[in-house]
Amino acid sequence: MKVRGARAEGPSAWMVVPALAFFLVFAVLPLLGVVFLSFTNWNGLGAITWAGLESWQTALTDSVTMNALIVTLKIMVYSLVVQVPISLLLGVFTAGTQRYRAVLAVLYFVPLLLSSAAVAIAFKALLDPNLGMGPGLGLPFLAQNWLGSADLVLFVVIFVIAWQFVPFHTLIYQGGVRQIPASFYEAAQIDGAGRIQQFFHITLPQLKYTIITSSTLMVLGSLAYFDLIFVLTAGGPGYATRLLPLHMYLTGFRANDMGAASALGVILVVIGLGLALVLQRLGGKNRSSSQLEGA
Amino acid sequence: MALVAEPTQDTARQTGARPQGKPVGRTSPNLLGGLGGWVWLALIILPVYYVIITSLKNQAGFFGSNPLAPPTEPTLANYRTVLEADFVRYFVNSVVVTLGSVIPAVIVSFMAAYAVVRGSGRIIGSAHTLFLMGLAIPLQATIIPIYFMITKAQLYDTLLALILPSIAFAIPISVLILSNFLRDVPRELFESMRLDGCSEFTMMWRLALPLVRPAVVTIAIYNALHVWNGFLFPLILTQSPDKRVLPLSLWAFQDEFSVNIPAVLAAVVLSTLPLVVLYVLARRQLVSGLTAGFNK
Repeated sequence: MKVRGARAEGPSAWMVVPALAFFLVFAVLPLLGVVFLSFTNWNGLGAITWAGLESWQTALTDSVTMNALIVTLKIMVYSLVVQVPISLLLGVFTAGTQRYRAVLAVLYFVPLLLSSAAVAIAFKALLDPNLGMGPGLGLPFLAQNWLGSADLVLFVVIFVIAWQFVPFHTLIYQGGVRQIPASFYEAAQIDGAGRIQQFFHITLPQLKYTIITSSTLMVLGSLAYFDLIFVLTAGGPGYATRLLPLHMYLTGFRANDMGAASALGVILVVIGLGLALVLQRLGGKNRSSSQLEGA
Repeated sequence: MALVAEPTQDTARQTGARPQGKPVGRTSPNLLGGLGGWVWLALIILPVYYVIITSLKNQAGFFGSNPLAPPTEPTLANYRTVLEADFVRYFVNSVVVTLGSVIPAVIVSFMAAYAVVRGSGRIIGSAHTLFLMGLAIPLQATIIPIYFMITKAQLYDTLLALILPSIAFAIPISVLILSNFLRDVPRELFESMRLDGCSEFTMMWRLALPLVRPAVVTIAIYNALHVWNGFLFPLILTQSPDKRVLPLSLWAFQDEFSVNIPAVLAAVVLSTLPLVVLYVLARRQLVSGLTAGFNK
């Protein structure tokens, strides 16, 4: 770094150094570390020994891994399918000016204040077939063993995820809608476009980048549903909700196979970066930098 | 059903086509959009309501009554049970970890964002790219090496073990939001300060910081929310009960009080209260800051 003259424009590079140092040490270095550890054998306590591809073999031939990948993918896709339309429409709805909508938007925010552990514990109690909402509402249909049934549990998880995260995305869409110039709608009205037509021809196209931002966050976030699922179902029943991050945790910290867990971690990084890149591309090349910023 | 009607709500607002305040207007197609909004509200409120009323029930009331009925004899006994079970210690731990992470994270992120927006050169450029890429790194994936590093540094089972990685993972989003706001500060302001002979350092603290204070508050709250609710780092990097933070204590309470669900839910309420207070105090700031941060 050159020492600049007193007249030189702009701050010197040292201002970025503290943040850079933290990030390099606790994010970038671990990222390289996980790749390294995936070629070793380590039980978490003892010595680390080189293992070549053995850990990868363990991780990839484990039948639970494929299952975890599928569960992760399912949760990701269903989350998008459920959350995008709901948060888009709620965002459009709450962008209105009536006061009661503002009040609704305030209340929508509440789930964001709860930790995933709290949400999971609340829903566990609420969904209890004997003591929860089912008997409370007097609807036998709701008194199912929601978390104990391999067929139902995935949908419960997707619902709880939506419960917790739709409010955040609603907020993003609300902001996006408020940036659409009112003149667009006035022009459309003069041309005789109906309300639904206006939604599909103005609101939706104008929200393109908001949709990409929000979806990117959802997709990346779906790799982070760990806490919620860990407390809600612990991956069960059986392996029904054991998604990849949870599988990694259990392999590493419960089965004490850090090598195989690291291999799963590498897969997680590749999926995360890959999806972020794909979603970014959807936004168009020339917008790519600002799309990344949007994420 | 609401799926079709809500847009009409919006377009009605945008076009000003809402019927002229006549009662007739209320039966217009807006009804379905509103209905969807209220249905979602019910979905949001029901679990919250259930948690609060159950936390006020005694064991007999919990097993005996309708689960959704309010307690006939409300009691704070569950709250006492939780407070006696070292809840205060966990609370203090959470406060220490949250403040210890958020304050440094905000300071280093602000300096970095300032350099990114106002500066140039290879180091700053690469740092910026790196932070942006950091947004896509799943935190879970790095947890094993972080565990390794923390153990090697003899920091395992300390609060510092939670603070250090939390700072790092708060940086990308903070730099992003802050630099979005800093870009809006007019260049002329910096130039006139420079003519007055101010150093870059003075400009950063005296000019830029006050101007983007809303963004600083936003990221402070946003990061506080994340760290306060963080579960994975505490789960992996601490062990002893006296190092527990709140989310982890909820999980532990679940085992300790496995039959006493009202007590567990009282712990849930207590652990959320500080955030509710924070939210009530800083809602406008947080919401407007986040909205701007993600839509610029």
